[in-house]
Amino acid sequence: MNKIILSTALLALTASGALAQDVIRMGTEGQYPPYNMIGDSGEVEGFEIDLGNELCERAGLTCEWVINDWDSIIPNLVSGNYDTIIAGMSITAERDEVIDFTQDYYPPTGSIYIALEDGVDLEGGVVAAQTGTIQAGYVAETGATLLEFATPDETIAAVQNGEADAVFADKDFLLPYTESGELMVVGEEVPLGGGVGMGLRESDTELKAKFDAAITSMKEDGTLNTLLDEYFGEGTGTY
Amino acid sequence: MFDFCADPDLLEGGRWLSCYLTTPKHMMFYQSFLVVIVLMLITAPIALGVGFLGALATRSHLAPLRWLGRGYTSLVRGVPDIAFFLFVPLALDQGLEYLRHKAKCPDWTDAIRQGSDFVVCSEAKFPLSSTPQIWHELYGVALAIIAFAFVFGAFAAFVLSGAMNAVPRAQLETAEAYGMTRGQVTRRVLVPQMWTYALPGLSNLWMILIKATPLLFLLGVEDVVYWARELGGSKTSAYSYPHPDWRIWYFLALLVFYLLVTKLSEVGFARLTRRLSRGQATAHGMNEARKGAQA
Repeated sequence: MNKIILSTALLALTASGALAQDVIRMGTEGQYPPYNMIGDSGEVEGFEIDLGNELCERAGLTCEWVINDWDSIIPNLVSGNYDTIIAGMSITAERDEVIDFTQDYYPPTGSIYIALEDGVDLEGGVVAAQTGTIQAGYVAETGATLLEFATPDETIAAVQNGEADAVFADKDFLLPYTESGELMVVGEEVPLGGGVGMGLRESDTELKAKFDAAITSMKEDGTLNTLLDEYFGEGTGTY
Repeated sequence: MFDFCADPDLLEGGRWLSCYLTTPKHMMFYQSFLVVIVLMLITAPIALGVGFLGALATRSHLAPLRWLGRGYTSLVRGVPDIAFFLFVPLALDQGLEYLRHKAKCPDWTDAIRQGSDFVVCSEAKFPLSSTPQIWHELYGVALAIIAFAFVFGAFAAFVLSGAMNAVPRAQLETAEAYGMTRGQVTRRVLVPQMWTYALPGLSNLWMILIKATPLLFLLGVEDVVYWARELGGSKTSAYSYPHPDWRIWYFLALLVFYLLVTKLSEVGFARLTRRLSRGQATAHGMNEARKGAQA
């Protein structure tokens, strides 16, 4: 009950600042469960969708979801086709030169390799990763042959059909694929990136401040931890 | 869709499949077939129109018009399609927003280009951020149609100007001898006769156009290939209907769809060819005439 009162109070506070007809278009990929995905209802769902809707409510903004290819997700943000990127994007110095990030809403996590069998050569073999991800950058540095794909789904398929020896991606994305028993985790967990944040245009400082404030409020009252635990298992939320 | 679909985890066999194939997400997949067909049916005549104008321009006796026509066809045919698909819609979109920005926000002092950002005032956004998503999608479709028409128009222009050159000179000379003006010769003799020569080339273009639809996703239009990939990819327990990699089945369905469309188009073009070569001094036309005489 307290939470409801608190969030309505926050809503009332922030709503006066923002224009009622402000619509913030939120860009996401829709292919990265459980972060964001197109559910069987045909609508976007997942951790980031719940999070984004809550943030918008707290910031007093009306938000609309837009699906965009990962490849062109940054160019379309800077050219103004939508206003935010909320697509499991890790905060890196390289991306920070082009766009701005809010504070992280997902703590820096590990990336893992999964493969069909144990003992795959991760430093000399062929490793699949999604184009333009921090994992792809990492694989290129390890000396393994990097095999890039446009969608995360194709990286999994590449391992299953033997095209690649292993796939390297966020732990939370890969773990569900090991449930069937066909694929398994190999090698060590690698800590990468500075956590996941929301991407915004560098010129959009006002919007960034609003989302930063909303994320802070969610961290403070523990709702972000609850949400993280719900999607990624107990103990993920450590804010 | 069906009453028994409420809890997918409890379903098995045929029931699971019938529920799976009728999820709203699958409905969007089925709908995308219609979208693709409608889009092609709209794009083809526009591309043909652009091509026709281009062909007339390359034959014009006004030098600047001729240069324009030639420049257009050689430039577009020489640059990869994908480059145009990235460039034309983006340039159109930003150009439009730039003009609206100039008209609607004259007091705006900030730069429009800030580093890599393209910033216009919120009233100049097109479509406005506050318009429902469906309009944004329709706008994307419209840009797609323009981009397709622009690219395929150039190819059509080349085919049509080739066809115009193939019309026997004697036909045009006869028309001139009757005292027809240049325009009249074009309208009454050249254009009606060129179609039979243009048809094979145009049918080729149509087939290529149908198969170029995956380029649409670059513009945010979700076509059949996008949905087949999205639905067919392996689904973990995060989804209500988990399944392994089923892309092969989805792509087989696409294969059947494309073969069907190709077959239908072939039948259509064969009819058109028969109809258009009637009375023409081509092998096909003569054949038809002979058959007609025997009957």
